[in-house]
Amino acid sequence: MARIDCNHIRHAYGPHPKSDKDYALKEVHHAFEDGGAYALLGPSGCGKTTLLNIISGLLYPSHGELLFDGKDVTNLSTQERNIAQVFQFPVIYDTMTVYDNLAFPLRNRGVPEPDVDRKVRETLDMTGLADMAKRKARGLTADQKQKISLGRGLVRSDVNAILFDEPLTVIDPHMKWVLRSQLKQLHRRFGFTMVYVTHDQTEALTFAENVVVMYEGEIVQIGSPAELFERPKHTFVGYFIGSPGMNVMPVAVEGRSARLGSQTIELPGAPKPGITGAIELGIRPEYVRLGASGMPVSIRKVEDIGRHKVVRASFEGRDIAAIVGEDEDIPADPKIAFDPAGINLYADSWRVEMGG
Amino acid sequence: MDKTWNNKAWFMVLPVLVLVAFNAIIPLMTVVNYSVQETFGNNLFFFEGVKWFQEVLNSPRFHSSLLRQFAFTGLILLIEVPLGVAVALAMPRSGPWVAVCLVLMSLPLLIPWNVVGAMWNIFALPDIGLLGYVINAMGISYNFTSQPLSAWFTVVLMDVWHWTSLVVLLAYAGLVSIPDAYYQAAKIDGASRWSVFRFIQLPKMKRVLTIAVLLRFMDSFMVYTEPFVLTGGGPGNATTFLSIDLVKAALGEFNLGIAAAMSIIYFLMTLLVSWLFYTLMTQSEAEG
Repeated sequence: MARIDCNHIRHAYGPHPKSDKDYALKEVHHAFEDGGAYALLGPSGCGKTTLLNIISGLLYPSHGELLFDGKDVTNLSTQERNIAQVFQFPVIYDTMTVYDNLAFPLRNRGVPEPDVDRKVRETLDMTGLADMAKRKARGLTADQKQKISLGRGLVRSDVNAILFDEPLTVIDPHMKWVLRSQLKQLHRRFGFTMVYVTHDQTEALTFAENVVVMYEGEIVQIGSPAELFERPKHTFVGYFIGSPGMNVMPVAVEGRSARLGSQTIELPGAPKPGITGAIELGIRPEYVRLGASGMPVSIRKVEDIGRHKVVRASFEGRDIAAIVGEDEDIPADPKIAFDPAGINLYADSWRVEMGG
Repeated sequence: MDKTWNNKAWFMVLPVLVLVAFNAIIPLMTVVNYSVQETFGNNLFFFEGVKWFQEVLNSPRFHSSLLRQFAFTGLILLIEVPLGVAVALAMPRSGPWVAVCLVLMSLPLLIPWNVVGAMWNIFALPDIGLLGYVINAMGISYNFTSQPLSAWFTVVLMDVWHWTSLVVLLAYAGLVSIPDAYYQAAKIDGASRWSVFRFIQLPKMKRVLTIAVLLRFMDSFMVYTEPFVLTGGGPGNATTFLSIDLVKAALGEFNLGIAAAMSIIYFLMTLLVSWLFYTLMTQSEAEG
């Protein structure tokens, strides 16, 4: 187990990167604390997997260095780094039994056979594969195969970190839930440093204490699930996390109020004077109150999704979403108000602090 | 619902039946016909039963060409399959050199078989051929027209040169279809180069290798043109394989009955061994 430092890591797949566009990873400067559970969250192609492969040593970064517990490992091979990694699609050794598949990483490292047996049996129990230990891995279903892949990642207890690259993509929803809670338990029991790549926000938010949101090759925000929800540092985080995502609308700011069309919205505080760029106001649907007083909207659609209703409305010519309780009525002459606690202000997509 | 029966549809498949009859069944039946009869010309035939079969199966000449045939096929399989896999492993998996390698590998396969034989004949001539001259210059006595060992060496080398490419191309196709994640996982698991080959590459190549072994078995078991052009079956009978022996019996000695019986035995043997290979190589798959 180790603390992992990424020092100004940049990576381009092409040989001669010229502009920022050529970099799959623009600049990552971040530390993964020893024993932390991190989720790397972002859309496809944002550089999550690139970062993961750089940590495990499958890729050599174009710039920057990687430290494990303060020791430079940038030039070490995957084997020397002693990392476990689980991939998106199951990788199994067809000709081996389930047992031998799990024993493979240990035997390759010359672990004595009694220890191999003990570790493999533990892992078999953990992943629920115990009753098929003697079977050939070939004939199994996709999720059983992926459990073998997971098991091979978990069987070594001395690894510096375990990296997961969207490991539950091929698993059916119910199993996903079970496996994710098992991973969480494991983390609590053994305190591995875990980095979990996913594009699924639920997965990220339930797995990790710290979610690292990536967008176009950069880390845009690192925080607890609550922080990401309440105070998205970048409009992308606002859109990407939450369902539906944050409402973002262009506004003009004057002191403590923001103007949008004919409406004036009271801000919780005045932003620092002198902010420039495109100013936007962001508010999550959860903080948009629908009632008899406030600013007029016209409702286009109401989606009942069980626990609550999502109201899609038109506000000053722009789309806006609001969430109302399952039992609340939609007023005949609907008006909306913004809860000040949920108002965020953005300049050129980055969040601006507002004073009290 | 009533089904409408319309037997006219059978006429649609008639052309195919006629075609198959002409190019497979009728020639095959002619051979069967010859194999059970004695003919003296003038279209006079006498039924002989299984006499020719007994004669062929008991003849030392057939035994020795069969033995030579198995020795040749076994030898080239033992050389070509491992060599082909090794070359495929050494080929680049991406980049501009892939095309170059593939073209180079395909070249021997594009040369007509009798040209291959003629090429190697000249190449291996002890006095003027490059290969023959060099071997003799190294102090090794080499003459494929008079020494059985030299003849065997040349015939096998020629086949390896001609046909290893086929194994290479098939094995390569199997190799490039392995997803990168397997190699990455192997690195993570700390697998050695040998383990990667043994547990990832070999199992993934198994299907194509089965095909490669079958094709090479059948082709080499029926090999004719190249050794015929190179050595004509000699010196003596040293490189007289089954097909060469068969042609000698049929056209050289005009023993139509013997030749026909031999053809049928030959055909059944090829079929049987191919089936055995196939069953053995696919059996473990069914178990898994």
